[in-house]
Amino acid sequence: MPLQGNIRDFSTTQLLNLVNLSRRTGMLTIFEGVPTGEKDGNNNPKMAPGAQRAQVAFNKGKLIFASLAGQENGLVAVLNKAGKLTDDQAKVLRERAKNTSDKALALRLIGAKYVSQADVVNCIKQHILDVVYNLMSWDDGPFRFDDEITPSGENILVPIDIEPVIIEGARRVREVKELENVVDDLDASLRFPENPREKFKGIHLSVDEWKVVSYVNPKNTIRMIMRQLNMSDVEIKRVVYGLVQAGLVEIVKKTASKEDAAKNAPASRRQQRKGSKPDAQLVNKLINKLKTL
Amino acid sequence: MQTVKMVVTGPFSSGKTEFIKSISEIEVVSTERGISKASKEAEVKDNTTVAMDFGRITVDDDLVLYLFGTPGQRRFDFMWEILAEGMLGFIVMVDSSKPETFREAKNILETFRAYAPTPYVVAANKQDHPDAWDPEDMRIALRLESDVKLLPCVAKERDNVRNVLLELLYTILEEMES
Repeated sequence: MPLQGNIRDFSTTQLLNLVNLSRRTGMLTIFEGVPTGEKDGNNNPKMAPGAQRAQVAFNKGKLIFASLAGQENGLVAVLNKAGKLTDDQAKVLRERAKNTSDKALALRLIGAKYVSQADVVNCIKQHILDVVYNLMSWDDGPFRFDDEITPSGENILVPIDIEPVIIEGARRVREVKELENVVDDLDASLRFPENPREKFKGIHLSVDEWKVVSYVNPKNTIRMIMRQLNMSDVEIKRVVYGLVQAGLVEIVKKTASKEDAAKNAPASRRQQRKGSKPDAQLVNKLINKLKTL
Repeated sequence: MQTVKMVVTGPFSSGKTEFIKSISEIEVVSTERGISKASKEAEVKDNTTVAMDFGRITVDDDLVLYLFGTPGQRRFDFMWEILAEGMLGFIVMVDSSKPETFREAKNILETFRAYAPTPYVVAANKQDHPDAWDPEDMRIALRLESDVKLLPCVAKERDNVRNVLLELLYTILEEMES
């Protein structure tokens, strides 16, 4: 039976780790979530698989293929994106080679010395990594892993060790989390520290940083600034993170958190809990009894 | 008379009450209450344990094994520590067909380990469900070390339950001898 679940509960990183450790061959598919109206075991809205979002294939625990829905995943697009084919060349090839498999096309392009074999392998590898790093940042969506299903023979498969991918992907996810450690509440506001003029002396800010700085006012929440400047969550967090780290602005939180104190409170009571210390004779008696049941 | 205690814990609806019912020689003393129809949990099952389940296995005139099932819902977790006190070992029930509960199961496992350093096993319950994960995949998902016993189980089946309890007892013996 296929492995299935939701990456909300079992992340892509964990899935990659599972596939790597169990040296599996098969296809991981991640879907758009369609609410069923029911609740799952965590009381979150249960999601049924909808449209396909991404597919990643593995062979004996190695990544070999990845594709994103709504994105051109063919060889021409991959080489074009990597700058190995110009836009004009890509346009012509899309027309002329639309019925040609990626493998056959690669052989023709290598034969015609448009690209080298190394170019093809490296570009496909980078494409796979881009897709996988992208989906490692997703935090919701049903998934299914079908054992022994592999991509069609027309695709170019490039084996990639998963472990370095997990490490790099995790680093990228950590980077986002690091931002969130500093900028954890978009409803907080920003203010200038004391003597802001001195701090800004000799500082070169980017356009985005200047834009954010122009809205710094305790009345403006970070979310309001983000909306005003049409920025994404990550973009505003990155800018605010940089400004905070440079000591140019301070974050003003609405209220202090009481959670930490509450978390630590019961710890002392737990220190001395110990299990009972039975003897082997007693345990053997229990074993013998259970065997008769 | 000497009594010993084992605790059956795990997330909401993982099969703890069923597990104890399958093996207890007495009608399980259950503190199940109906779940409010407005509650989210009501979509999963009608009743839930609010304090504990209690089952018994009499070994002989001098020895009785008590099985305590913990409430699965977090809002009743004040009972966990009380139930954990003096336990011989514990079993973590995990619903193999609900990967969304694996993280919670792992948290509960770690919480009980913090309460008392007693032996434990993990039961991969509902292995008869069509969506059940393979136990070895669950081991990776739950990040269990290779020396932790992860036992396939169907809590409705007495033989399965007996096997899980026996494996816990063997683990207890092994730890005593090591």
